[in-house]
Amino acid sequence: MNGRSALDRFLQTDPRDVGCAQAMEMLHVYVDMVASGGSAEQRYPGLAAHLRACGPCSEDFEALLAAVRDAEG
Amino acid sequence: MHPLPQVRDGQDPYPLLARAFGRAAPEGIGFADRRNIRDEHRVAFGLLIAGPELEDLAYQAAADALMAITAKLSQFRGESRFTTWACRFVILEVSAKVGRHFWRRPDVPLEAEDWDRLPGRFGFEPARESEWRDLLAALRRAVDTELTARQREVFVAIVVNDVPLDALALRLGSNRNAVYKMMFDARRKLRAALAANGYLDDDDSGRS
Repeated sequence: MNGRSALDRFLQTDPRDVGCAQAMEMLHVYVDMVASGGSAEQRYPGLAAHLRACGPCSEDFEALLAAVRDAEG
Repeated sequence: MHPLPQVRDGQDPYPLLARAFGRAAPEGIGFADRRNIRDEHRVAFGLLIAGPELEDLAYQAAADALMAITAKLSQFRGESRFTTWACRFVILEVSAKVGRHFWRRPDVPLEAEDWDRLPGRFGFEPARESEWRDLLAALRRAVDTELTARQREVFVAIVVNDVPLDALALRLGSNRNAVYKMMFDARRKLRAALAANGYLDDDDSGRS
């Protein structure tokens, strides 16, 4: 990815994006669905859109998913 | 529907936290599975903090998360496994504490604006400056002309000065959701301005 496309991607916004508050409210449900192989992105498109754009929430998602998988492991 | 673990009055709360990490709680575990908490920090924050500070942060996050979990047990609706629901509190506590930790660094810029760092943020190659100079100049103009003062402040802090969003929210007396929304609106305005002036393609993907 070159600089122009990185900048363009950064500036793109998705109207489905639910924002941090709603994303964090449902994060545990979303993570469980991802961990169990469910279609979380289809079920929660607004949350998925948010996780693609928000670094902090995406980090929290990855951390919670890692904790869940570790606990299963 | 996932069942809620039984927690009786007077029960030692620490095994509950251990259960939140999906671990069996051995006798006298104290603050549960601290090794696992540290692992989560590594996953989420790329070892920004290390050594005793990390131990400290993990300990405090576990303690605060445990308080939140026990206070909100009645709100658990069984939409996910209990351990996932409970772990979320730990993750959120860690995020909040890392945000606070950021401001202990002596070299944190906030008021300064070093726009020369912007090309590197997006991977623009110095050798090809002639190809992107006009684009970034237009971006900077749009930041100055299209954004509100608050949006500009947030954009400069996060994008130009590389301040983490959580840390900025703390400094502004705001929260992650509000700062993200400000950035969301700023991004939308800036892209529209750059597209209107021919620097980026019009977006026909249904997003704006």
